[in-house]
Amino acid sequence: MFEILFPNLDLVKAWMKTKETLYMTGVSLIFVFIFGLIIGLLLFLTSEENTRHIRHFRWFVKGVHWALASFVNIFRSIPFVLLIVLLLPVTKSIVGSMIGKEAAIPALVIGTAPFYARMVEIGLREIDKGVIEAAKAMGAGLGTLIFKVLIPEASPAIVSGLTVTAIALVGSTAIAGIIGAGGLGDFAYLDGFLQNKNDVTLFATLVILLIVFIIQFIGDKITKTIDKR
Amino acid sequence: MITLENVTKVYQTKSGPITAMDDVNLQIKEGEIFGIIGYSGAGKSTLIRTLNGLERPTAGTIHVAGRNITNISGKALRQVRQEIGMIFQHFNLLWSRTVLENITFPLEIAGVPRRNRVQRAKELIKLVGLEGRENAYPSQLSGGQKQRVGIARALANQPKVLLCDEATSALDPETTDSILDLLAKINREFGLTIVIITHEMHVIRKICHRVAVMEEGKIVESGPVMEVFKNPKKEITRRFIGQAMINPDPKPGLDHLIEKYSSGIIVKCIFTGEVAEEPVIANMLRAVPVSVNILQGNISQTQDGSYGTLIVHLDGEEETIKEAIDYLQHHHVGVEVVKNV
Repeated sequence: MFEILFPNLDLVKAWMKTKETLYMTGVSLIFVFIFGLIIGLLLFLTSEENTRHIRHFRWFVKGVHWALASFVNIFRSIPFVLLIVLLLPVTKSIVGSMIGKEAAIPALVIGTAPFYARMVEIGLREIDKGVIEAAKAMGAGLGTLIFKVLIPEASPAIVSGLTVTAIALVGSTAIAGIIGAGGLGDFAYLDGFLQNKNDVTLFATLVILLIVFIIQFIGDKITKTIDKR
Repeated sequence: MITLENVTKVYQTKSGPITAMDDVNLQIKEGEIFGIIGYSGAGKSTLIRTLNGLERPTAGTIHVAGRNITNISGKALRQVRQEIGMIFQHFNLLWSRTVLENITFPLEIAGVPRRNRVQRAKELIKLVGLEGRENAYPSQLSGGQKQRVGIARALANQPKVLLCDEATSALDPETTDSILDLLAKINREFGLTIVIITHEMHVIRKICHRVAVMEEGKIVESGPVMEVFKNPKKEITRRFIGQAMINPDPKPGLDHLIEKYSSGIIVKCIFTGEVAEEPVIANMLRAVPVSVNILQGNISQTQDGSYGTLIVHLDGEEETIKEAIDYLQHHHVGVEVVKNV
């Protein structure tokens, strides 16, 4: 049955390509999570309404906010295919190569972290101002505020944002694959489309869909468990 | 315990400066429950928020618990804040933490070891009557229970002052009373100084020792609650006192009654303290040959005793009516003429 549906499919190769996709998505996601969370927190903490009470070096804080916001807006706007090409020199200096699954990671992280940072920022902005004020009234410092109030209180948004970001990353790895990063995108394009083997393209697509569904399922489950509102 | 000297707070907004507090002077004594009442926008919220540095005054000085907090910041401010508990209208609990974890939060900030934190939190849970709900999340609690968690949390670090920012305004009347009883109990048992801001005179009447009335950023009247009830000087205070009586708006029915009388006089008698509990009217009837028709009456309890009003129609000879009024005044009943027919 399987061989009738997918006569040209090399299962060993398909599995290898799936692993490449999972590797690129997984490693990028870790970096995206770290950078996105940091940038999102900084965007939130340096925003106009959170810095109104600052008396010294307010210009510096505003400058940081402006720089971060510009960075996020620029890298969120550049289409990913172009971003990979534009970042080739950067990729080469970090990874040492322009081809292969590692080579895709810098572009994936730079292209996706700003997107996630915005989601984190939105999640943080949805925290009840009163709760932040209550923590301040108890004498909480910045560290306590970040790790015991902001992140826990925004955790459903942080996780559901990460789910959406992971799914976007899967899509981006497919694009990166076409440029030579390997993975299911590369498999579907080189082994399927270019060789006129539609069954291979279809199979790669189905695997990507499956990955997306699994990510969404896990993300929803986690969000539901941590959300006590 | 708390002193405000010439405190002014001006906000710079796009449509020009707004004066939220205008030369406010205030003294709050140790161990008392002090109420600040005013309509929204009167500046009372700003006032209470200057007491723990959530707002900084534009001018003036503020002392809390023997420390000048007017201009402190950073670590010193955070330290002072640990000594000042605060509860809020919307409770402001962390939804991501259980009841127990919410109460241990200020203790974590203060660096109390874990074992002691849990022990202290359990004591507080008992104090506020939430035994058995330790592991519930705020979303599983009612409004009154949430405020109890808020109170327990505010008391965790054994503060010297408890600030209540419209703490009962989001609660129904019954729950409000139970929360007020809890606050009064805490005040009695621990001698904790409590500052309450509210727009409900009921709250002031029920538990406050002294009250300040705020209007347009100024304190227009202040004093012991009983005194202010007995002898309000400002129109706004009178309006608040009217609100505190049991019938909020008895006027229409009363007017209708008053219309019917073609002779005599209609007076409002004000009873305060012990007088409210004596049969003054009955005694007056024995002493003066006047006819009395009671139109409306009510009585309410304050921290210092009862406060009641009675609207009566007095009829008879002009001389006897005068005699009756004299009798009442002589027996410490306040008399206000509503209508002289």
